[in-house]
Amino acid sequence: MDFTIAPEIHAFRGEVRGFIEAELPADIARRGRHDYHSRRDDVARWMKILNKHGWSAPHWPAHLGGTDWSPLQRYIFQDELRRARAPVLDRCGLDLLGPVLCAFGTPDQQARHLPPILNGDVWWAQGFSEPNAGSDLASLKTRADLDGDHFIVNGQKTWTTEAHFADWIFALVRTDQVVKPQAGISFLLIDMTTPGVTRRPIWSIDGAHTLNEVFFEDVRVPVSNLVGQAGHGWSYAKFLLTHERTTSSVVSHTKRDVEQIRYLATLAKTPSGPLIETPAFAAKLARLEAEVIALEWSVLRVLHAGEGDPAGNSVASLLKLRGSELSERAALLAAEALGDYGVAAMPSSETDGVAPPDLPPIDDDEAVGVSAKAMFRRAATIYGGASEVQRTIIAKSVLGL
Amino acid sequence: MDFTLSAEQQSLADSVSRFCEREYSFGSRKSRLGSTEGFSHDLWRVIADLGWIGAALSEEDGGFGGGPVDTAILMEGFGRALVLEPFLSAGILSLQTLARAPRSAVRDRLLEDIVAGKVLVALAHGEVAANGDAEHVEAVAAHQGAGWTLKGHKSLVLNAPSADLLLVTARAEAGIGLFLVAPNANNVRMQAYKTLDGGRVGDIWLDGVIVEDTIAAPGTGLEPVLRGLDYSLIGICAEAVGAMSAALTITRDYVKLRRQFGATLSDFQAVQHRMSDMLVELELSRSVLYQGMAGLESLPAQRSYSRILVTR
Repeated sequence: MDFTIAPEIHAFRGEVRGFIEAELPADIARRGRHDYHSRRDDVARWMKILNKHGWSAPHWPAHLGGTDWSPLQRYIFQDELRRARAPVLDRCGLDLLGPVLCAFGTPDQQARHLPPILNGDVWWAQGFSEPNAGSDLASLKTRADLDGDHFIVNGQKTWTTEAHFADWIFALVRTDQVVKPQAGISFLLIDMTTPGVTRRPIWSIDGAHTLNEVFFEDVRVPVSNLVGQAGHGWSYAKFLLTHERTTSSVVSHTKRDVEQIRYLATLAKTPSGPLIETPAFAAKLARLEAEVIALEWSVLRVLHAGEGDPAGNSVASLLKLRGSELSERAALLAAEALGDYGVAAMPSSETDGVAPPDLPPIDDDEAVGVSAKAMFRRAATIYGGASEVQRTIIAKSVLGL
Repeated sequence: MDFTLSAEQQSLADSVSRFCEREYSFGSRKSRLGSTEGFSHDLWRVIADLGWIGAALSEEDGGFGGGPVDTAILMEGFGRALVLEPFLSAGILSLQTLARAPRSAVRDRLLEDIVAGKVLVALAHGEVAANGDAEHVEAVAAHQGAGWTLKGHKSLVLNAPSADLLLVTARAEAGIGLFLVAPNANNVRMQAYKTLDGGRVGDIWLDGVIVEDTIAAPGTGLEPVLRGLDYSLIGICAEAVGAMSAALTITRDYVKLRRQFGATLSDFQAVQHRMSDMLVELELSRSVLYQGMAGLESLPAQRSYSRILVTR
């Protein structure tokens, strides 16, 4: 055992922090403090800055535009981005599709699709969930039938994040109706401008539009847009979902939430002084902090474990489950720190600095998006594998029950 | 003890549920919520005509002589349907505060008009620094001739944007007083906003506004307000019990329909256990609500148990 952090890791964190402080545009950083969902133009602008430095996708192989950083360095990089309130990047392209294309895409697919992702020029959506295929993803029904050198796609995807921004969507589709469910699924890249693709917004509880339904009606997709082999889509999807196994802990987001709570609770007044000094609130914050530290040290244990290390797998299995719970709790405590204004509705977007009407009288950049965030985070224990499913996985795969 | 509803109380509960069934389809609620005021004045008059606003007011004060049980029955029914009309604000908080204020011609007329659904009154009491402490009032009342002028900032005033009159607390040397102010008077500013559930609220700044009428002189205003808050806590908890109860039923029905992994969600023990836990929470909430109602007249401190358990 050795708990010291190597000097070169300290130096690396300093280098990343210095870069972000120098390069993150002030207006984007301010909107980041608002906790709004990131705007596409902000993300694109920031991606170009990162890309110029070669830092768009550190987790990709170096020869395809990534870096040769260690898992710990990649974690520190993400941690610093969150600490600085940088825009949340296009996760679908960078974190989900990118690694799949790097591993299983043809050279043509890599050359065509990877550079625009790195530069923030092309936005991707993930077409996985369907109305009757949520936790049970393998029961998906969207079908792709071969017709010469095209697939004809018909079906519906739902809860599709940022599909209204997306230029392309990577979708799981059923290409074989006969074999067992997992074996009939293929991984297809679909241009969102193809005739027959329509999208409909889903307005979420925070009053924002980030989610969508996507419909496919006789959509013609060239066979060359198939990733890997037909019928292997399920294994690519599993690869994608486990690629960065510490990301789902969202621990860097929650660490930043703790700082925000401390800031807001220091400003908040009560009859007996600042809220942060009242014993009941201080105890809640201390409890949250302790749990976030335990989560972060769990992340560090996973980052230092080999891929096949059973101890690492045991810790990794809790990251999404506990990470999503803490994420919800942190956002609720931030809303609580706002006192009366914690129940006020705030818009979850901003149009060029023009504040919409009917806002509560809070103008601190740290405060304005808090209540919307607290509402949206309620979904964290449902999406990406509901907590019930996570617990079943732990029982089966770790405890062997 | 008897925890069953009397025939009269049962008929009130049935009547509320018929009202909600008739008026509160998903679509009509949604369009009402999206309207300028966020509720329907027509429905507010219906609620008044049904005698519900005055249900928990003594006959002496122009009501129908009921009590907290009637308030809870109404609010539980409203909670099931997420009713938007300002019953909590105008029909409980302002009404019960006024009911405990000293009798005067102004007070009596106001009560009569509220019960008739003619006037909406909003209680402007809470302040940013109070953090839930009902006795913390920084707004000040200063003598101006025979009357008073007020200065201060009131936060999260329920239904302030649609209020015809504001019932404002402010502190003078003798203690907290209760004053009537018109929202459009000189030196009153309001910032209207919405709550997370779409409710309409406002912050109010009083900058030397001249009081129209004194409802309770300084030193006598706190007790009526505490009374109004106690009563509205019963209302909020009953509303939450209604909403929880409806949510539990909706979820129970849905998990029996939705299929994943070749079974209905209701077949999974993990889901069954969560549903059972929710039933336990609901029943305990109802129990502590009843305890709160029992202590409303005698032991105001008991109100906090309901708040701690039901609205957490």
